[in-house]
Amino acid sequence: MKLMQRFLPVAESIAIPVMALLVAMLLFAGFVMAVGQSPVEVYSLLYQGGFGSAFSLQNSLLRAAPLILTGLAVAIPAQAGMVIIGGEGALALGALAAAVAGASLNGASPHLVQTGMLAVGALCGGVWIGLSGWLRHYRGVNETISSLLLSYIGIALLNFFVEGPLKDPASLNKPSTAPIGDANMIGNLPGMDVHYGLLFGVICALITWVILKFTTIGFALRTVGGNPRAAQMAGLKVGYWIVGAAFAGGLAAGLAGAIEVAAVQGSANASVVAGYGYAGILVAFIARQNPFAVIPVAILIGGINAAGGMLQRRLDMPDASVMVLQGIIFVVIIASETLNGRLRIFKPVSPISAVIPTKP
Amino acid sequence: MNVADGLGWWGVPLAIFAGAIRVSTPYLLVSLGECITEKSGRINLGLEGVLIMGAMAGYGVSLLSGSAWLGVLAAGLVGSLLGLLHGLLCSLRRVNDIAIGISIMLLGTGLAFFLGKPLVQPQAPMLNAIPFGFWSDSPQIQSALQINPLFLIGIALAVLLHYAFRYTRWGMQLRIVGDSADAALALGYPVLPTRIFATVIGGFLAGVGGAFLSLYYPGSWNEGLSSGQGIIAVALVIFSRWEPLRCLWASLLFGGAGALGPALQAMGITSGYYLFNAAPYVLTLGILIATSSPHRTLVGAPGELSLVRN
Repeated sequence: MKLMQRFLPVAESIAIPVMALLVAMLLFAGFVMAVGQSPVEVYSLLYQGGFGSAFSLQNSLLRAAPLILTGLAVAIPAQAGMVIIGGEGALALGALAAAVAGASLNGASPHLVQTGMLAVGALCGGVWIGLSGWLRHYRGVNETISSLLLSYIGIALLNFFVEGPLKDPASLNKPSTAPIGDANMIGNLPGMDVHYGLLFGVICALITWVILKFTTIGFALRTVGGNPRAAQMAGLKVGYWIVGAAFAGGLAAGLAGAIEVAAVQGSANASVVAGYGYAGILVAFIARQNPFAVIPVAILIGGINAAGGMLQRRLDMPDASVMVLQGIIFVVIIASETLNGRLRIFKPVSPISAVIPTKP
Repeated sequence: MNVADGLGWWGVPLAIFAGAIRVSTPYLLVSLGECITEKSGRINLGLEGVLIMGAMAGYGVSLLSGSAWLGVLAAGLVGSLLGLLHGLLCSLRRVNDIAIGISIMLLGTGLAFFLGKPLVQPQAPMLNAIPFGFWSDSPQIQSALQINPLFLIGIALAVLLHYAFRYTRWGMQLRIVGDSADAALALGYPVLPTRIFATVIGGFLAGVGGAFLSLYYPGSWNEGLSSGQGIIAVALVIFSRWEPLRCLWASLLFGGAGALGPALQAMGITSGYYLFNAAPYVLTLGILIATSSPHRTLVGAPGELSLVRN
């Protein structure tokens, strides 16, 4: 019985999102048919383009790398009860800061330059999202709206500096900052076409998961998120926890931007604003804000994104097809929250639940 | 007499005035719609997606039918459908209206980009403006006073809503449902149907706001058409303290901020283009910070609104 009590909630937290994913895939199949394509063909192409070959799998992993981090940017503040949707702006500023750091450290040893870029980029993202946490606790400003506004401001700052004061005169048709230099780029994982960013993302997710699950930090955060007043009574400094959680989320988003510069682009330009921040919201919600689950979900969404080009080339479908699929998944996943705790098969018959009726 | 040149520096405030009216119309329509939704105790962050769907649908139908006004109607209907979806899903237990809003933002944007792909090139019939400047010889004044009927409809709607919220039975029902679901139930008002209806109306107006973007100003369909205007409108309702008439003034203020970048660019000041474009976001954030407080709920806030409840 004890084993069942431990197992059932886990089974529920996996089964409901999986069912929701299946429903979303059915709905997308209907959409695909409505626009005159064959769902079988679309899904087999999505599989081939995402996971079907070593090449496409590596392509998916490449796209999953920033998604793990932007997913954490949503999942960590969510532990403290915040809905942060401004990862894109933190990523943009992280990229800008990393490019500046890379260019100004140029000449030092590559490892120092790389560490400097990642640290400065992450810090910049942390401050940006941390600001949303600060505004929420000390000014009462809703963090969802403030983080999105800050996101637009962050992207505008990136565009301003890239096209203006920090523009490298040599970058003619694609305005960019000065290149960080090939020697300072972060290389690929041994034997793969995937850069070290993936490893950094996975390590960050695992560390976060361990901290949240096995230390009192996770418990304190959830207390703050669940009932700030009770947390205050228990002697927790709610403000520190709120700002800290937002800052930690921003660190992840800023790191994602820094990695984009240090491993992919080689300089900051408008291409780093590629929607990873918004896709990270989806990743975190499918993963139910669990940092460990963020890893497989990011790979899944990365695969869907990577396969978008395949749909475009083979079936001449617009590249927004994968956006539609993601949108449908998102809506169904959020709506499936209503099933949480209401399906009878996941209810253990235990002495406790027999005495205390669960709330409807 | 060359009046056009003679206008000189007076052209600058005139350009900002004209720009403010042009740019503010979508803000006005979306924020009035969101005002109705929020009065009922719900919040629809998905209006960003609704706006862009409305812009796409309006453009497409105008292109196919040859009538811009049919396009506006179609945009409104598409918007109400998305509003209905939001309203129904939020009525499920344990489903968070902010999360559903974000997901509808993503879905609407995806659908609009997908279905709007063939609409990037062709030119659809546009909405016509009413030339209020006919009395003047100056082409600048004439063009500044080209006012779109949707702006006038927005003003009329703001006034109408102001009175409807205060003095009609319908407005009363909406406010009670938004302030306390328990009180509404006690009075025999249907809570969920009222909220769903309010969200549908909000979606309709947001869709029409989107049609203004694609059919009048800037007047074309492309993927960067709405960059956060739906979200700004949500913040603008908070700033307006859920008062329709204040939505009008707030929209004009934001329209002016939004017109600043293009107006300065037209005068040859191009260096800070991206920074000036960020002006509405900075303004929104600044106003939110200035008007919020951690110690009290906002004056005039509907009691059931999750956004302002701490």
